[in-house]
Amino acid sequence: MNALVATPVLVPLATVVLTTLATRRPALQQLLSLVGVLTFLGCAVVLVALAAADQPAQSAFGSWVAPYGIAFHLDRTGAALVLVTALMGAASLLFLASDADTGPRHPLLLPLVHGVLAGVGGAFSTADLFNLYVWFEVMLICSLGLFALGGRLDQLDASFKYLVLNLLGTLLLLMAVGAVYGATGHLNFAALGGAADALPPALATVLLSALLLAFLIKAGAFPLYAWLPASYHTLPAPILALFAGLLTKVGVYAVLRTVGDVFAPAPHVVMEALGWVAAATMLFGVLGAAYHWDMRRILAFHIVSQIGYILLAVALAGDAGNAATLFYTVHHIIVKANLFLIAAMIWRLAGSYDLRRIGGLYRLRPVLGVLFLVPALSLVGIPPLSGFWAKLIVLQEALAQGRYVWTAVALVVSVLTLYSMMKIWMEAFWKRHPDAGWRPPADARLGPAWAATLGLASVTLLISLDPQTLLTYAQAAARTLGG
Amino acid sequence: MTAVLAFTVFSTVTAGLYLALSRDLFRCVIGLALLGAAANLVLFAAGRLDSPLPAVVPSGEQVLTDAANPLPQALVLTAIVIGFALVCYSLVLLLRLMHDARTDDALALRHAEPVPDDPVKPPAGDPDCDVRWPPPPDSR
Repeated sequence: MNALVATPVLVPLATVVLTTLATRRPALQQLLSLVGVLTFLGCAVVLVALAAADQPAQSAFGSWVAPYGIAFHLDRTGAALVLVTALMGAASLLFLASDADTGPRHPLLLPLVHGVLAGVGGAFSTADLFNLYVWFEVMLICSLGLFALGGRLDQLDASFKYLVLNLLGTLLLLMAVGAVYGATGHLNFAALGGAADALPPALATVLLSALLLAFLIKAGAFPLYAWLPASYHTLPAPILALFAGLLTKVGVYAVLRTVGDVFAPAPHVVMEALGWVAAATMLFGVLGAAYHWDMRRILAFHIVSQIGYILLAVALAGDAGNAATLFYTVHHIIVKANLFLIAAMIWRLAGSYDLRRIGGLYRLRPVLGVLFLVPALSLVGIPPLSGFWAKLIVLQEALAQGRYVWTAVALVVSVLTLYSMMKIWMEAFWKRHPDAGWRPPADARLGPAWAATLGLASVTLLISLDPQTLLTYAQAAARTLGG
Repeated sequence: MTAVLAFTVFSTVTAGLYLALSRDLFRCVIGLALLGAAANLVLFAAGRLDSPLPAVVPSGEQVLTDAANPLPQALVLTAIVIGFALVCYSLVLLLRLMHDARTDDALALRHAEPVPDDPVKPPAGDPDCDVRWPPPPDSR
């Protein structure tokens, strides 16, 4: 089954080519894009099944054996994230068929979305450091295209800021990869893991710090997250949900892969620093969110804050920390993307993203009010939703290691997250609409949007009611990592 | 040779960072391009520098001794291509941005994040710079 290992890249790339060829026929392009993402989803399910059966799909391309050729290796961690990527792609593309902030339909929109999926899939599948850098660049180029497609002045402004800070991150990554290769002579993850043990500790610390700095820019960690809340809110909703779910998580995955697998056990000072960075990321992200009144900006700051929780799990290390990282990441991607999609439905029904200009939605659409609460309360961590289990296993491990300050910060941040979510709910649903003459739109085409958000919410409920399946899988995944 | 290259990397990074921190958008992009060149030089140094020997293993031997490692050169080639594409993209983006915003000052670019006019509350946002329903007629 080794041909399957390339499908996370091959299927989206083939879809990019086909949808580009079909730019003049929108209906055909739409169909090809849906077929592409469903094929991707099917392949991802098979990859997870293979990984769960301890037969991870792997291959070294061009018959160059392991440490020399570029290898793809989908262990449990990578396979699960590829599956979530495919799920997110399917949800976003389904949502695109509605009219809730789906933006102007540029003919290159669908090819670029599949390009992002190819980049993310490649980053999760590869077992080669330089190849990982290449996938980061694929993601960067495709996402820049998606930022600029709308052509509004604020979108151009946002894409420039996104470009500058992310380009700095990839250049730093490139330099770090060069230094790692110079010091060890390897780029393959397995070979690097063997060679890293022989490095002098001081050199290993410097190399690892340079790599982590680059990945943390990509992940949106404190103090390098400025690009994220400055740009994300200008995107059309389905693209925003896709980015919010996937892009920063690739950075976090790269951090997990380096400190939890390739260079494990990482030097103590690096993990200690990572823990404090995580605590600061949580806190500053949530404080930024508390200030804002635009739903997209509130939720964008919450991405940063939640990245802090995942990084905290990475910093706790060991099997328990790594398992918590995977659990939290899967839960978070689904919940976060769903929140952005529901915010877009609120925008379509109430007319604005700014909470000061909208209201009265509970009377109009009570089901939407309940639907919003599922991911919102899950993000906060209210039992029995999936966020509660995710936070429970992270904080259990933090307490077991005697990290009381980090635990306290995480709990305070949860309360502030609750504040933000309740602010959105009270303002958008509970209070009266500030404009007395406001009438709900009669012609909103929200069917596909309902399907996408209800689907994602039911996945969240599935994880909430049966966390043990995912937890067992995550624990098995952590044991196959080097940590 | 290594010392010369190290000094070159040092001066390129310095110049690149100085330009990238500039308020002038065009200088900022040129600075990033210079930083990219510096990153490529670092990558290049990861193979050996001094040797003029071809990177071919002589017959009868197992290991390539004195010659330079060709892999980093292949990596640099990849990085140059990617970097070139990104610089081209950013120049086009920059032209469009400077044309539409009528400024090249980074501090004046506050269209995505309007400046707050109240010490406590965030700005309500410019409706012209946000997504609206119904969509404007000339949407591209």
